[in-house]
Amino acid sequence: MDYSKKVLEHFQKPHNYGHMKNPDGMGKVGNPRCGDIMHLYLRINKDVIKDIKFETMGCAAAIATSSVVTDLAKGKNILEALKIDSQKVVDALGGLPIIKVHCSLLAADALAEAVYDYLKKNKRDIPEELEKKHESLKKEHEEEAE
Amino acid sequence: MAQKRVYLDYAATTPVDPRVKKAMDPYFSKVFGNTMSLHSFGQESKIAVEESRVKVADLIGARPEEIYFTSSATESNNTVLKGVKGNIVISSIEHACIEETANWLSKKGVKVTRIPVDRFGKVNPSDVEKAIDSETALVSIIHASNEVGTIQDIKEIGRICKEKKVLFHTDASQSFGKIPIDVNEMNIGLMTASSHKICGPKGAGCIYIRKGLKLDPLLHGGGQESGFRSSTVNVPAIVGFAKASEIAKKEMNKESERLSLLRDKLIRKVLKIEGSFLTGHPEDRLPNNASFYFSFIEGEAIVLHLDFAGIAVSTGSACSSGKLAASHALLAMGLKHEDAHGSLRVSLGKWTTEKDINYFAGELNKVVKKLRKISPFKK
Repeated sequence: MDYSKKVLEHFQKPHNYGHMKNPDGMGKVGNPRCGDIMHLYLRINKDVIKDIKFETMGCAAAIATSSVVTDLAKGKNILEALKIDSQKVVDALGGLPIIKVHCSLLAADALAEAVYDYLKKNKRDIPEELEKKHESLKKEHEEEAE
Repeated sequence: MAQKRVYLDYAATTPVDPRVKKAMDPYFSKVFGNTMSLHSFGQESKIAVEESRVKVADLIGARPEEIYFTSSATESNNTVLKGVKGNIVISSIEHACIEETANWLSKKGVKVTRIPVDRFGKVNPSDVEKAIDSETALVSIIHASNEVGTIQDIKEIGRICKEKKVLFHTDASQSFGKIPIDVNEMNIGLMTASSHKICGPKGAGCIYIRKGLKLDPLLHGGGQESGFRSSTVNVPAIVGFAKASEIAKKEMNKESERLSLLRDKLIRKVLKIEGSFLTGHPEDRLPNNASFYFSFIEGEAIVLHLDFAGIAVSTGSACSSGKLAASHALLAMGLKHEDAHGSLRVSLGKWTTEKDINYFAGELNKVVKKLRKISPFKK
């Protein structure tokens, strides 16, 4: 596989992996059928991501995108973090093979879902776009389960 | 210090045996004539090819004139499937070059029936019998699975086809030269074999066609290979293929015994890892194939981590395929998508040592632990 040096670095030594107990926000994305499953956990203080952890079952690209998205999000205000999209993940990794770009979507989705979970739990207003994204991910998940 | 490198992907391809290379050497610049030329340059090449035919035939109990050289097993399999007129019966665990050719043929209106396999990858011969009808032209069943090494009961399937008067082909790319094959005893009408899987060079393969059987050629032109396969004959590759066949015949018994012992040792070591499972048949499998799946982790990630440790193996995971689809063969054996995702094929060969096996098992253990630490499902 044609992976960039950066992808291989993150794959070999992923940053911020592991479980987090009682996270303030949690995102679970992916499905067993495609194989890649990502869990992302947030510790949030005054709307700032103080700590972030991930757990991923998947290929090198899935692990690398998980790792790099935690780097990108750490220390950011949650609304700022929502601006991290798949393109930013790909760029941070110095590119991904075309066939693996969907992994970067997974990482961005996991982050968005974790922020959604935090806002929902705290009965906060949810940006319309985030709500839409959440609904479409939920729908995708249900379709896969069928 | 140079990094330790251990090659355990002999089912993908093999290094050329130095004896093979030596046998090929004169046929690049010294003896180079076109086998179709009437002059002495051409005739020298022709003699080399005819001698090669004898050696390849000898390994499978065939007559030399029943061997047709091709460029690869893929070409051989394409030729067989496209060279018959009528419907086709194949197994559900064929190599891509049968599977994809069958898909192409079904778009052209050929009815393709796929025989299921059990969880060990075995075809039940009576299912083949049931699938054959008056429109069936050909049954093609892989001899030994390229993914899990399961060996089919070719003799019985061949007997059924003979009785039903249907052409029977087996793709023996993985088994040729590794386990005994006798085309007469095993009721084989057509067979595919490959050079580079048995320490011969790439670029040579063959089709065995039982005398009296007719196939349409795939390539038309100058009429080489008795008019069946036009193309300037690749003499050095064929000479190498023949030498590799000759060596395989001589060394097969001892080598398959040695490899079976190593394979079993490897399997025992790997199965000590929690959440590891053997795929393929526990007994009826190639002496050099050990294949597994590991729960909660993904195959491409395993392969890459092992590659960092200098170890070469392969996987049937969706993530590693160009199509992002899990191996059709593993799914046909009833593996769940997520399990096929964690599949690993380890294939041994001529230069595999016990030390290699130990190193592999140790590194694999570390890799599985490392990936499970990252996986959400480990506990």
